This record gives sequence, structure tokens and C-alpha cells, in this order.
Amino acid sequence: MKSLTQKCYMLLVYGLLYFPIFVLILYSVNNARFSLQWHGFSMRWYQELMRDQGLWSALFHSIYLGLTASLIATVTGLFACVYLFLHPNYKYYRSFYATLLLLIIIPDLVLGVALLIFFNITSTPLGFFSLLIAHITFCIPFVILTINSRIHTLDVNIYASALDLGASRLTALTRVLFPLLWPAISSAFLLCFTLSFDDVIISYFVAGPDFNILPLTIYSLVRAGVTPELNALCTVTFLISMVLVILSWRLSRKSS
Amino acid sequence: MKTKPLSIYFVYTWLLLFSLLPLALVFIASFLSRDSAHLVSLPLTLSNYDTLLSWQFANVFLRSLIIAFLTTGTCLLLAYPFSYLLVKSKYQSVLLLLIIIPFWTSSLVRTYALIAILKLNGILNAILLKLHLIDHPLSLLYSNFAVISGLVYTLFPFMVLPIFTNMERFDFRLIEVAKDLGASRLSIFFRVFLPNTASGIISGCSLVLLPAMTLFYIPNVLGGARSILLGNMIQNQFLVLENWPQGSATSIVLTATLILVLWFLRRQRKEDI
Repeated sequence: MKSLTQKCYMLLVYGLLYFPIFVLILYSVNNARFSLQWHGFSMRWYQELMRDQGLWSALFHSIYLGLTASLIATVTGLFACVYLFLHPNYKYYRSFYATLLLLIIIPDLVLGVALLIFFNITSTPLGFFSLLIAHITFCIPFVILTINSRIHTLDVNIYASALDLGASRLTALTRVLFPLLWPAISSAFLLCFTLSFDDVIISYFVAGPDFNILPLTIYSLVRAGVTPELNALCTVTFLISMVLVILSWRLSRKSS
Repeated sequence: MKTKPLSIYFVYTWLLLFSLLPLALVFIASFLSRDSAHLVSLPLTLSNYDTLLSWQFANVFLRSLIIAFLTTGTCLLLAYPFSYLLVKSKYQSVLLLLIIIPFWTSSLVRTYALIAILKLNGILNAILLKLHLIDHPLSLLYSNFAVISGLVYTLFPFMVLPIFTNMERFDFRLIEVAKDLGASRLSIFFRVFLPNTASGIISGCSLVLLPAMTLFYIPNVLGGARSILLGNMIQNQFLVLENWPQGSATSIVLTATLILVLWFLRRQRKEDI
């Protein structure tokens, strides 16, 4: 009896979590514009999505922005982690960490506002460049945290012995350290990409009219109201994020 | 092996330039005056903070705090027993993945998914009508109830994950020991299990409370025109009213409140240990 209540509770929580998404997917293939009733399976809302040029450009912008921001954030974060790993007595270790921590504590909203003021004062035009800077900034702490948790399971002597055996510093990095860190690096990259791909709050402040991205396009459509095309669009983005999450989860499990 | 820490310098400079400096600018802007041409200008003034000492602002501020606390409380009540069951479950890794998926997928998309359920001719009303629990559809959408459901729905995984990680480290043999020593079920829970998992609860609460105050698009989408919360207020002051000094002052008050709450929560944790 007790285990039955427990199972029901678990089922209830997962049901509540996934029911709205299930409904969304169901309506996206429903052959009716306004009705709640089931009118048969149809892909027509997806076909209409395919024809929408604005959405395609927003999607490509988002992917382009996400890839560039994740690449830069992951590479810089990785080198910072490696440096800290090889120099544990670095003078400014604590203040460096305090800055990272501050960036995690500060609400997204305030960071967005702060960057808006900053771009305005330096008269940086709002567009791809401002979005890129903002996305790299909020990704860096996550990269460093992800890679750091993995790098501390390694023995610092691995690098030193590679050098002793005659490897150059570059070889020791690329042939010894990086392969060991590979799962953490790729899961940090995927994490950055999902964060960037889904971000609404910060992008809302620093995006310009010439470079529209998918989350903001979705936001303006959501505020206009519920439509079957939007159901289809949300289903597609949900599936993309889900694939990325599962990928990064498998990578991080392999590493631990 | 003396290398110039170029990589650290780069990250450090980046963070100083694109996060600390902009945050300092918010602080400075909150003491400046409004200027329609340049958005902010001298002279220095305290009037932006003075405006915040009104009943209108107090009303928004308190409502945001209450909604954020109700959200955190609901998440905790749901997540605490849930995490326990998760720790005890045989299918832990799959169940955990199912929690992580919503954690990293767009919360905007998931908020949108709630509309179809909560709206007047939505699914929830249809079910309640079928069951004859209500005679005519309830207006659930565009209410505080909708905002809180949206926030709980979005932030639930942020509560589960820290509590789960913490409970996983709990040594369940302690419960056996307490039983052998004759402790009642109630005192086992309150004097053994709860104190040992408190730090997970505290990190979960801070992870939920912070975004609950600032996710402006959830009240915008689910709350309708009447429910202005602190996050929407800042967004309005910047992008609609273009009153940047006022928006900066509100952001500073928000940040200060959150840091105060976090500091209080951390102090609780220290006292436990």
C-alpha cells in the first residue's frame, strides 16, 4: 500500500511536468485552428512553419550565435581552468573565484540591464556583436564550473611527467590533458549552447532590430496569443533542446 | 615552468569589462537624473530612490516577495518527498534524466505550454466541467494563481537537483541506528533526516527564490496586465518608459534584497553545521 502511494506520487509529479508539453505536441499535429477537439493528424502547421522566412532566419541566427558564443566561452574557460590547475598557488585565485561567483549570483535581469547601459555608453550598436558579448559573459562561469569539477579528479603530475618524458608544453596539453578532459569540454560546450539557445532575459535587453533570434521571436509570438504554428515551433525547439540535453548527459556520465 | 597567465588575464579582463564595469554603471546610473536625449545625465540625485519609497512601489515589492516565497514553498513541499523517492528508486538514472530535461529546455516554451491548459476554454476547465466539480469555467489564466503555477512549473527542477544531490550523500544507516536506539518516527525525521539534508534545502531555496523574482516573462505571459511584479517593473522602466535612472535604482533594490536573502539563508546553513 505504501509503495503504491509512492508510485502514485512519482507519477503525479512527472505527469504534471510533462503533461503540458504533451498537450503542446498533440495540438501541433491537430488538424484544426481553434478547436480543442481532435480533428485528425496533420502536418500542415509544420508545413506553414517551413514557409516562414522570418523564422528560418531567426533560427539560423540563434544557431550561429550559440555556436560562436559557446566556442569562445569554452576555449577561454578551458585555458583558464588549465592554468589554475597547473598553478594552484595563483595569487589572485580567490578574487578570481569571487568574481565568478558574483556573476552567478547576480540575477540575469540585472546583468541584462547593466549590459544595456554599458553598450549605450560605449555606443556599441545593438545586434550580433552585443548579443555575442552578453552570451559569452553568462556562459563563462558555467564552463569554468563544469571543467573544474572534472579537472580536480586528475593528478597534476600527469602533466609534469609528460614534460619529463620530453613532450613539449603544447604536446602535453593537446595529447595528455585535453583528451582526459574531453567529456567535460564537450558537455560544457553543449551546456553553453543550450543556455544561449534558450536565453530570453538577457537577450531581450541587448538584441537589436537587425538581428532577430529564435527565443525573442517566440516571445513576441507567445504574447500575441496561442496559434497552431506556434505550437509546432515550440515543439521543434523543445525537441532540439531535449536532444542536446540527452547528449550532454551521456557525455557527462561517461566522464564520471 | 613560469608562464604568463595570459588565459587568466583574458577571462579576468573579460569579466571586469563586461560584468563588473556594467554593474558599477547600474549603480552610478541609479543616482543620475533622467534625460530624454541621452537617457541619463547629471546632476546627481537621490530622487530615484525617493520615488521607491511610495505605497505603489511597496505594493509591487511585497507582492513580488510573497509570490516568490509562495513559489519557493510550493516547490519545496513537492520536491522534498519527491527527492527522497528518487534517491530510493531503482530507476534513478532515467528518472533523473527526466528531471534534467525540463531543467535545460526553454522555460519560455514550457510557460507557453501552460496557456493551453489554464485558459478559459482550456483543458483544466474542460476536465473540471466534465467531472461536474464546477458549473461554469473558471478564469484561471491571468491571475496570481497562473503566475505561481508557471513559476513552480519552471523552477521545480532547480529545487529537486540540489536536494537530491544532498540526500544521495546521506548515510541511511543513521536511520537504522536511530531506530535501534528507540527514536520515534517523528523524531527520526526532525532530529536526524531533516538536519542532515538542510543544506540541500537551503541551496534549492536560493536557486528558486532568485529567478522567481526576476523571470519577467512568466508574469507577462500568464499574469496579464494587472500583475506587475518587480521584474516586469524594471523591464518596463528600461524599455517602455525609458526611465533608466529609475530602472537602475529598482535593479539595485532588487539585487540588494536578493543578496540579503542569500546571506540570511547561508547563515542558517552555517548554524546547522
